[in-house]
Amino acid sequence: MEEHIVIIGNGISGVTTARHIRKLSDKKITIVSAETDHFFSRTALMYIYMGHMKYEHTKPYEDYFWSKNRIELKRGYVTTVNTDAQSLQFSDGSHMTYDKLVLALGSKPNKFGWPGQDLKGVQGLYSKQDLDMLEENAPDAKSCKRAVIVGGGLIGIEMAEMLRSRDIPVTFLVREKSFWNSVLPDGESAMLNRHIKSHHIDLRLNTNLDEILSDKNGRVRAVKIKETSEELACDVVGLTAGVSPNIDFLKDSKIECGRGVKVNRQLETNIPNVYAIGDCAQQREAIGLRRSIEAVWYTGRMMGETLAQTICGRPMPYNPGHWFNSAKFLDIEYQTYGWVFSKPLEGHTHFHWIHQDDDKCITIELNEKDRTFKGINIFGIRMRHEIFDRWLTENRSTDYVVEHLRDANFDPEFFKGFEKDILSAYNDHFGTQLQLKKKSWKRIFTTS
Amino acid sequence: MKAIKYTGLVLFLIGLSIFTATLFLGSFTLSKADITEFTNSRNIKSELLQSKLESAVVGQQINSVFTFSSLTRAALESANQEHKNREEWDKVVWDKPHTFSFYLAKKAGSGYVKENSGLLWWLTFGLAIIGALLFILPNVILLGAPGIKNDGIYHKASTNRGWIAWGVLIYLVGFYLLLYFMPDYVVNWTFILDPISQALNGGPASQWFVYGFLYCTVMVVMGVRMYIKYRHNKYQVLRTTSVLFFQIIFAFLIPEIMYSLNMPGYDFKNAFPLDYDFFFEWNLDTLTSSGAIGLFILVWGIVLTLIIVPVMVYFFGKRWYCSWVCGCGGLAETLGDPYRQHSDKSMRAWKIERWLIHSVLVFSLVMTVVTLYCYFSGAEAFLGIKSQWIKDTYSFLIGAWFAGVIGTGFYPIFGNRVWCRFGCPLAAYLGMVQRFKSRFRITTNGGQCISCGNCSTYCEQGIDVRAYAQKGENIIRSSCVGCGICSAVCPRGVLKLENGPEKGRINPTQVLLGNDVDLMDYVNKSNPQ
Ligand SMILES: Cc1cc2nc3c(=O)[nH]c(=O)nc-3n(C[C@H](O)[C@H](O)[C@H](O)COP(=O)(O)OP(=O)(O)OC[C@H]3O[C@@H](n4cnc5c(N)ncnc54)[C@H](O)[C@@H]3O)c2cc1C
Ligand code: SF4
Repeated sequence: MEEHIVIIGNGISGVTTARHIRKLSDKKITIVSAETDHFFSRTALMYIYMGHMKYEHTKPYEDYFWSKNRIELKRGYVTTVNTDAQSLQFSDGSHMTYDKLVLALGSKPNKFGWPGQDLKGVQGLYSKQDLDMLEENAPDAKSCKRAVIVGGGLIGIEMAEMLRSRDIPVTFLVREKSFWNSVLPDGESAMLNRHIKSHHIDLRLNTNLDEILSDKNGRVRAVKIKETSEELACDVVGLTAGVSPNIDFLKDSKIECGRGVKVNRQLETNIPNVYAIGDCAQQREAIGLRRSIEAVWYTGRMMGETLAQTICGRPMPYNPGHWFNSAKFLDIEYQTYGWVFSKPLEGHTHFHWIHQDDDKCITIELNEKDRTFKGINIFGIRMRHEIFDRWLTENRSTDYVVEHLRDANFDPEFFKGFEKDILSAYNDHFGTQLQLKKKSWKRIFTTS
Repeated sequence: MKAIKYTGLVLFLIGLSIFTATLFLGSFTLSKADITEFTNSRNIKSELLQSKLESAVVGQQINSVFTFSSLTRAALESANQEHKNREEWDKVVWDKPHTFSFYLAKKAGSGYVKENSGLLWWLTFGLAIIGALLFILPNVILLGAPGIKNDGIYHKASTNRGWIAWGVLIYLVGFYLLLYFMPDYVVNWTFILDPISQALNGGPASQWFVYGFLYCTVMVVMGVRMYIKYRHNKYQVLRTTSVLFFQIIFAFLIPEIMYSLNMPGYDFKNAFPLDYDFFFEWNLDTLTSSGAIGLFILVWGIVLTLIIVPVMVYFFGKRWYCSWVCGCGGLAETLGDPYRQHSDKSMRAWKIERWLIHSVLVFSLVMTVVTLYCYFSGAEAFLGIKSQWIKDTYSFLIGAWFAGVIGTGFYPIFGNRVWCRFGCPLAAYLGMVQRFKSRFRITTNGGQCISCGNCSTYCEQGIDVRAYAQKGENIIRSSCVGCGICSAVCPRGVLKLENGPEKGRINPTQVLLGNDVDLMDYVNKSNPQ
């Protein structure tokens, strides 16, 4: 009998693990999920509400893919994990045994104990069910006169964009002094503040939620703001103050948890044959400058790619390369490669360039002394992942990076390039006399 | 702004209704002399037909083209039948009945439409154009700042296969059926455009002139919509300008002007085998009897297909033709843009696509070989295939039904590139070059894909772009027409159309960038599938 691998969670991390295990072996694979029958792209939830796509378009694989690859799918909610008996219990009372268990449980929206946080009309945006709920709570501007979004992060801005696409007035409460300023340097964050307001979103900075007020039917009627005690009438409240691992049902198991499921570098938990990956995994030891819980798509995928090797007899540590990420803020795309912190690290400094149109800017974090390149945030321009990954590996100086910026440009053909502006700003800033190099296919395609 | 938009919509619908209503207007009368003149000018030897026509229509005023058509067609068919029974083959008139009736109707028509063609142009084309522009232009403001504007596409009856989409489908299919198979029914449309046709080529408008003029008009108006929708994207703006230029100048004006100069009208960008009748006897005869220009066209046509097309595909991909130059592509990218999301992305559709499009290519080549053999040898058939039969069959099945009725008529339900994806033999040929010998690819940006599916959804050619992007693989597909919309709609900047060195164009990837370098090397090198 082939080993039975059970994966709880059909998100990117669980599915990637399953796909790679199947490539490497004939093991029996079952993916369990309470959310949907098939894997879909969580990152695309917003586009369903906005009418860019339907749910079916967010499924990265056609439905026959799973049986063709002998990956069994089980819809059900796991209530208990018994690691001694190596068995799972489902909410409908049924059981399933495993030889190896992969926890790919994802996250849930944070709720910080606000009064009224469980009223009708108050919701987060994480799951397919949340999306369906939003469709019910805020179908159009007629039945939802105003929505208030609490928490200025990536999901918050997405939710604001979604609601605005149906002309619903949105008030956006952000605790920080500027949007996503805990991650982004001031210049970028300020540009985004202006961009958000230009989309007619009522952005309130330095503003905390005090409580959510109910009408007589247990529906939200208004929110109260802490600083001013102002009451804002609204029909929907979006709670988007971050996410945390979705691990409550593991409380009574023997699996050791902190904020997430604790894992070592092999992605193993304290229990043999039980692993955790994706949003729900918490690293015991730090990996570079990374956070111990990384709730992004890419890291979930990378953990899945790694874990499949381990499970198939080639133990591998999770060893992510250079950090990268991306997002989109209304009309402005964002990419980042390497590390740029909101305040430069000790011994580092920032170089910031912003275009006069106020919709493009970059920030480079570099070593103050030798100007070694540490990372870049890019808004409104697309850049090549591979090039920056290589430059980071090669420990290039920022001088080199700026001179060769044309190699990195990834905007569509005929787009105006801004490398010249950036270079001259850089020369002004550092008193250098760098010259822009022509784009070279040869450099782009040489692998280091 | 919304008020302007809706006023525009109403004007457009009024224009369209009048345009449609004109089909039912007009009266048709022929005198004996008219018929004699007609039969003489068309070299018709059948007195029987002449007398049958006379007794059918002379001396009466027929107040609908439909009645006129059925009377003249009946006359033609019964005359033909008698001649066939008597084996008087030279007296049989081989014109298609509706075409025959069209020629007569063109002569016989009179009435309000014909006499007021200027006014009617304004009431139909004029109103519809102004209305459509009023509907489209406010989007500059209504759509907000430049950027991707796909909000609500799947909420609207027009773009989500709702009743409006089906209505448009029925109208378009009806239009093509009339155009291809019952041209006499649309003779009133030709009257509206007679003055413009006279000015351009010195003759009255045919149904094909109506089609050409309408085609250009629709492309320009919907091109304006493209400019507004994609104004942040220079690739789209230039591409739209390019297809408009080639349609208006190359496909429409140059051939018309050539006619007026007594040359064969030729669309210099229309390459064989899309231009499937290039090697038909009548065309070869026309070209060889048209002196230097005819010869030039003949050589150009061959060079275009054999050299220019593949060389350009090598450097730029098939997009240089399919989404920068081609008329079918041009209509798909303007009129068809609102429907691009309806192409089927399934593996099954891809399979059907490959079978179908390559069959059409083979069909067109076999037809051409048979035709050419018969042309030079004087035989009637080759390899047991009758030249006339295969040409008629191709023209009917592929030329009219596939490219027209289905290819364009079904836009609102099956997407805007049905013909280009499943049927066009030129696309099949370009695709083979693009797949195996080209510098073009859509580069995937390392590990940045979030599998959202926007790219696949908006791919008009039904390519599952995401399937490649989420594996970090470049997209190298014979069907890709390089419209650039996947790159435009991707929210993470993952896709870039580019022409680069052939080396490294295809990059099978198992483990994506961002991960442990050792793991990537190990996995990607040890099973490179
Ligand atoms: C709206 C939104 C937008 C986002 N956009 C981006 C983005 O642009 N870029 C980016 O990098 N990241 C983005 N993220 C984050 C990214 O989607 C997550 O990091 C990623 O989906 C996590 O994948 P996962 O496989 O770890 O878990 P999940 O995708 O959450 O999958 C876990 C699954 O396990 C199921 N499950 C959990 N417990 C049980 C149980 N007991 N029994 C049965 N099933 C269970 C859950 O129902 C869920 O289906 C976004 C997230 C959201 C919500
Ligand atoms: S649109 Fe971009 S991010 Fe989305 S699936 Fe396609 S390539 Fe990936």
